[in-house]
Amino acid sequence: MNPLDGNALAGDLRELFAVDVTVARYTCAGCGHADAVATLLLWGHGMGQVARCPHCSDVVLRMVHAPDRVFLDLRGSVRLELPLAGS
Amino acid sequence: MAIISRGFGGRRRESVDGLPPGQYLTHDFPVLSAGPTPRIPLDRWHFTITTETGQKTEWNWTEFLALKSEDVTTDIHCVTKWSKLGTTWRGVSLDTLLEDVDTAADYTMVHSFGGYTTNVPLEDLLDSKAWIAYKFDGEDLEPEHGGPARMIVPHLYFWKSAKWVNGLTLMNEDEPGFWEAAGYHMYGDPWLEQRYQGD
Ligand SMILES: [Zn+2]
Repeated sequence: MNPLDGNALAGDLRELFAVDVTVARYTCAGCGHADAVATLLLWGHGMGQVARCPHCSDVVLRMVHAPDRVFLDLRGSVRLELPLAGS
Repeated sequence: MAIISRGFGGRRRESVDGLPPGQYLTHDFPVLSAGPTPRIPLDRWHFTITTETGQKTEWNWTEFLALKSEDVTTDIHCVTKWSKLGTTWRGVSLDTLLEDVDTAADYTMVHSFGGYTTNVPLEDLLDSKAWIAYKFDGEDLEPEHGGPARMIVPHLYFWKSAKWVNGLTLMNEDEPGFWEAAGYHMYGDPWLEQRYQGD
């Protein structure tokens, strides 16, 4: 089983955020690598989405869909940097 | 293009007596991967129990295989809603591994090669309720299913049965593991449908 790239997160993240988070830059908490969320390696595990750093393979982002809630775990990212519309 | 894998929910379902609520029966053995499958050479395999005071007990592969093993037939229940009945395993009971470990802790964190973790109360690993299995269906456990060795805690949802195990840490306080930190239930009893936090 091979991972998808982080672009496959776009649909799920659109439910949570008003902006396209896949164009945001993440900074990996494990190795400090920074790049667009779309470049993360996405493992579509049946229990949730697991997005790993392509540089060190640490988990940067996890998303779990319960029937009535979505959990987004970002402890693997130091920060997300989002471009603002119109700037 | 939302890619939300809801497990194997689209498949034909059988309703069967004796299944926990919300589960359906499957005859194959779905593989769920949260990352690359670790390939662990047997000469680098080890399993380490670390107590709350930092005392370590460790087995290498040869020492582990020399321990008393048991054949186990059990039903397994995945939180993605498939259940598989009458699976057969061979492994070492956690009762055997914990026999000479001196601890007053109530909780454990199970650790795996590749970084996976899951928390299980100590009492759920004792009294013939949990094993470290190295054979499935009479064959060596394949890497995709957690080989060389995986935890089996069949009375809890199957994410508690960590693949590629390499250690157990005893803890005074309960702490969330990999999926528990991301919204899944701290305990995970399939008969109570404890899937997510707050269930
Ligand atoms: Zn990294």
